[in-house]
Amino acid sequence: MSSLAGTGALLRLAARRDRILLAIWLYAFAALVGATVYGFKKILPTAGAREKFAVSAGHNPALLSLYGPFYGSSLGSFTAWRDGAIAALLAGLMSVFIVVRHTRADEESGRLELVGATAVGRHASLAAALVLGVGANVVIGVVITAIQILLGLPAAGAILLSAGIVGCGLVFTGIAALTAQIGSTARSARGLAIGVLGAAFMFRAIGDSVSGSGPRWLTWLSPIGWAELTRSFGQAHQPVGLGCGASVVSVCYADQGPRWWVVALALLTAAASVAGAALLAARRDFGAGLVAQRPGAGTAAIWLRTPLALAWRMQQAWLLWWLAGGLVFGVVLGSAAKGIGGLLSSAQIRRAVARFGGQAAARLTQEVLRGQAGLANAYLATILGITGLAVAAYAVATVLRLRAEETEQRADPVLATRTGRIGWGLSHLVIAAVGAVAILAVVGLGAGLGYGARAGGIGSKVATLVGAGLAQAPAVLVLAGITVALFGLAPQASVAASWSILGAAVLMYVLGTALQLSHWVLDLSPFTHVPKLPGGTLSGTPLVWLVLVAVLLTALGLAGLRRRDIGT
Amino acid sequence: MTDAIDVAGLRKSYGKTVALDGLDLTVAPGEVHGFLGPNGSGKTTTIRILLGLLRADGGTARLLGGDPWAQATELHHRIAYVPGDVNLWPNLTGGEVIDLLGRLRGGLDVSRRANLIKRFELDPVVKGRAYSRGNRQKVALIAALASDVELLLLDEPTAGLDPLMEAAFRECVADERSRGRTVLLSSHILSEVEALCDRVTIIRRGRAVETGTLSDLRHLTRTSVDAELAGPPRGLDQLAGVHNLDVEGNRVHCEVDTEQLDGLLRQLTIVGVRSMTCQPPTLEELFLRHYAGDGAAS
Repeated sequence: MSSLAGTGALLRLAARRDRILLAIWLYAFAALVGATVYGFKKILPTAGAREKFAVSAGHNPALLSLYGPFYGSSLGSFTAWRDGAIAALLAGLMSVFIVVRHTRADEESGRLELVGATAVGRHASLAAALVLGVGANVVIGVVITAIQILLGLPAAGAILLSAGIVGCGLVFTGIAALTAQIGSTARSARGLAIGVLGAAFMFRAIGDSVSGSGPRWLTWLSPIGWAELTRSFGQAHQPVGLGCGASVVSVCYADQGPRWWVVALALLTAAASVAGAALLAARRDFGAGLVAQRPGAGTAAIWLRTPLALAWRMQQAWLLWWLAGGLVFGVVLGSAAKGIGGLLSSAQIRRAVARFGGQAAARLTQEVLRGQAGLANAYLATILGITGLAVAAYAVATVLRLRAEETEQRADPVLATRTGRIGWGLSHLVIAAVGAVAILAVVGLGAGLGYGARAGGIGSKVATLVGAGLAQAPAVLVLAGITVALFGLAPQASVAASWSILGAAVLMYVLGTALQLSHWVLDLSPFTHVPKLPGGTLSGTPLVWLVLVAVLLTALGLAGLRRRDIGT
Repeated sequence: MTDAIDVAGLRKSYGKTVALDGLDLTVAPGEVHGFLGPNGSGKTTTIRILLGLLRADGGTARLLGGDPWAQATELHHRIAYVPGDVNLWPNLTGGEVIDLLGRLRGGLDVSRRANLIKRFELDPVVKGRAYSRGNRQKVALIAALASDVELLLLDEPTAGLDPLMEAAFRECVADERSRGRTVLLSSHILSEVEALCDRVTIIRRGRAVETGTLSDLRHLTRTSVDAELAGPPRGLDQLAGVHNLDVEGNRVHCEVDTEQLDGLLRQLTIVGVRSMTCQPPTLEELFLRHYAGDGAAS
């Protein structure tokens, strides 16, 4: 029997299981790219307006760290700027989920064992997952290329931009295949791969936003950075002056022509990681990872006696990783806040930034008027806003552990003791809420330390930024509350619905102003109501309201949990 | 004295699927009660309703004299439960799970715990994700047996255990009975039920089809008879309660309803019996009679 026998059948099974998920991903990519091209056409129709925008936004570290530098002022270059890194990040995320779901997750649950005992080769499941991952990326690449061409962008540039995005997706298809061999659980395999993805985004965020002699080469270490470095819509003979300011050199290239060979970097990396995964897969036992299982304690510690202690025991590693990551993230981005210069001079450009760069940039522009410190504050507020969304993802995932406990039948033995349903539910909710608040505080702390160390006044900066981080907490708690309500009232839909709602909040934050959504739509997102700190005015009323909404939703969810059947 | 479990006319549906269709089940205090039925017949649903995890659609269920839904947490002081499919927390060791579940239930007997770990040959330092199915089952069993409770709800507890461990399990249940504890044992393994249970309820498609002591139930079954006679048998085919009659010269094989045994023997001794073997009815036959044709429903 060949080691790949049965790959076709497994591939069809995987595609059948993922058909809805894949359709949603495809739609998200198509919507992102379509909305960007369309939005730029409407808002910055002339080359002149775009050039001015590029000059200012190309010197703004906040926008640089989010989106990267500009390579030209054409509509295509703007699309590449706005979507290149973000879509590459999303493609990586999608690939990790697909590959781990059909390899390690199936192996862990025992489903693969069922299949493995039939006439299926030992590499078949890995091969099927890889083909599905590659296929999903390629289909998305074709669709977004078509959308760009239909909206009038030059075909060569559209193909190169899509190739960069797909390339990043392929790299993470390979990396996920690798981590699926290394980690012995789906959670650890996914965690490792997403950790690499996060590091890739950080590397390019730093490489793109540092000024002067900073480590701009960091972008070259990042598969997400490669999607920018293709310079997909660049032209060979740009006027040298564009964006060549004194402080930021990253947009200054004499030759800004497209670099097709960067795609080869991605393809080679993807191929190498797939080869590595195949090598590891051939050497390890079924069900085992490279990280061996260690024995633990034969008796439980004295404190392990309540549902809360159990929840903490299950969640502690996950939370500690978030706290450590949050601190590093805060320090790195906080220290970049110093020296944010303002080339934003003309009111016209400011308006353009305000209308395009998302709510964050709109805020930024208002703050510019208050001068240098205002700009740094606005940058930090942007970072903390993004942190809020990320921490909301932590809170949603943590609350959803309740659902996993239920469906994986670990809830039954606990609920068959004198532990009540409310006590059991609250155990995980306390970890979610306290954990989320702690992560926000730690990011604020890191940002304060990083900024203060470079600009002076550590004490006051730490205090301000910890407070500013904590101001995000009410909105995060609302997302957690929505998840609890769904878990209590509509358990079967809770996982998909919670993540969709978080996804909608992220889209509103990133694209809200660009899509020119009306105010009442934006008001639906709790993050719209969070004060823009530091720098903005702190008003307690919306925060109190958000906390009340979160408490109400949680109470609703717990009431639902009390009344419903468990395990359905 | 109130019954440990008293279920009458219990109904539960999942959407269009009817899981329980008017189930009756009574378990007296101090007895080991076998709960038999094919896959999907509603055994687990019954136990989950008794645990207050599911809410019944109709009928009544009393557990230790209380309402299993409304008084779940109070009642859970007094019971222990072993699920049929044990999933452990991947990062907790078996020993930790035993301690945790015991403490959540209100305390466990440390010496009993040590004793049971030895008896079941469990390695308590292994993490949950690394245990085999049988070992996960042992963890749940030890956690339940080591706590001081009145009633044990065991849902197919020996699925996945090897024969040696099954024997250890039987000893433990016998111990529990001698301490006066009540056990509801859902099972597929007939020899286990025959060895352990005082009374048995057979459930099929959400209804109890037989209930009673094993000897009660045996009365409802047939004894198989092989005899060698002095001459050719006469008149056996007209006899009430005789089935699957097979006559070959002087040899006779048949099955007879247990209460009609006298009639058959009388008829045989008229001819004269040279040798004879009688097989008592097994639970298996009883079981198969009720299960037959149930494949589609399970």
